[in-house]
Amino acid sequence: MKYLYAAYAATWLIHIGYLSSLVARYRRLQREIEEARKK
Amino acid sequence: MKRAFPIFALITAGLLSFALYQALVVAPTEQTMGDVQRIFYYHVPSAWTAFILFFTNLVASIVYLVRRNLKADAVAVVSAEVGLVFLTVNLVTGPIWARPVWGIWWTWDWRLTSTLGVWVIYVSYLMLRRFSASTQTPVLASVMGIFGAACVPFVYFSIWYFRTQHPSPVIGRGGELDPRMAHVLLINWLAFSCFAFLVCWSRYRLERVRREVEETQALEALLETRSVR
Amino acid sequence: MSALSSVTAATLAKDLRLEWRSKDAINSMLFFSLLVVVIFSFSFNPTAEESRQIAGGLVWVAFLFAAVVALNQTWARELRNQVLDAYRVSPAPAVALFLAKAIGNFIFVSVLEALMMPLFVVFYSLRALGPAWQLIPAAALGTWALVVNGTFFAAISIRTRSREIMLPLLLFPISVPALLGMVEATSSILTGEYSAKFWIVLLAVYDVVFTTACLILFETVLNAE
Repeated sequence: MKYLYAAYAATWLIHIGYLSSLVARYRRLQREIEEARKK
Repeated sequence: MKRAFPIFALITAGLLSFALYQALVVAPTEQTMGDVQRIFYYHVPSAWTAFILFFTNLVASIVYLVRRNLKADAVAVVSAEVGLVFLTVNLVTGPIWARPVWGIWWTWDWRLTSTLGVWVIYVSYLMLRRFSASTQTPVLASVMGIFGAACVPFVYFSIWYFRTQHPSPVIGRGGELDPRMAHVLLINWLAFSCFAFLVCWSRYRLERVRREVEETQALEALLETRSVR
Repeated sequence: MSALSSVTAATLAKDLRLEWRSKDAINSMLFFSLLVVVIFSFSFNPTAEESRQIAGGLVWVAFLFAAVVALNQTWARELRNQVLDAYRVSPAPAVALFLAKAIGNFIFVSVLEALMMPLFVVFYSLRALGPAWQLIPAAALGTWALVVNGTFFAAISIRTRSREIMLPLLLFPISVPALLGMVEATSSILTGEYSAKFWIVLLAVYDVVFTTACLILFETVLNAE
């Protein structure tokens, strides 16, 4: 049943998407800390 | 403490895999809907988890207003954000389930419609957090957190009554729940709760770092203006 | 308790007097409301039968937009003249200021509704098949629900960037149950198919809960710095 797999896939896509956004935000913060340290 | 996170992550991954296996293989096939019904094992725990997180947001908001403890405010933003992610999963899996069963994506079914109402409330909560000045955000957001939580029962109750007056197709289980299905449902709920905890933990760590950086930047800006004078 | 009511009454009287003298807000609001009714009539052009089914929704959405425009300027005058800071240091209860603003807005929006309603009746040939008198408590409770939350969220939004858009962003989600109540009450009275009683009671409970929340938390918002 392709709908079943679509639902499960969608669930994990959303979760992975959110976790990636967390990682991206963290990296951006690290970059800001680095720049601040250089000053 | 540093070790705990990866260990817990591994346990959660194991739980999630086990729960997936239970949902796809072990759980009995439903009579009327067939295999599509298995979406239920992801759809329902997402909603339950989201509501536990929103309740956490309410408690954190109240704690902040009473104690003015910034950690409580951090817990509030974390629980609202992660709760919204889980609620989004619920809102997306709902129509995917409805389509094969009813032939349409959205049936204005009372549960899904109420969920949409709650989703919109917490999106506006997060928008308020984003658009307010950072010194005032905790107070204003806590107030909105309380208003939002107070509104949730009204949303559900009013839409439920509306649907009893104007019936429409119902998504999800109609009546009795087979105990084997209940068992699989609870396993998936446990697994997703652990996962939610992990995500919240990560988000909280991010929030701590973000606040430190913000404070430092604010302090620097203050010192710069002082030295220019 | 008498301090509360006297401050409230004084503030309310001041606002009404200012409004009556300048009439700028009410003129623009009136015309805006008329425009909303006309545009809705162009967009949704139903037959007499259909109109009874959808009129409830149309009317209240129109009122909602008119109310938002009114609510957005609730605190504008206070902001311009630093009145809020003065209020923060004065011993006057903050709740009095809130009540005065909310009641003022209620009067204002009710006047708008009273003026828009006949237009809707004419454009859509509306005639109530159910007990028409029930429209009054339904409209009063519904309007208060919009106004009390709207006044409160207006006070929150003035502390944000994009304050004009923030008010509807906060108000609409929280108002969903009240909106549903108003629309359903109006529709059931117009079509006569159902009883509006449940919805009127729902609106009353909603009003009590949210008025209490606003009264308790307004001081916190006023002092947020």
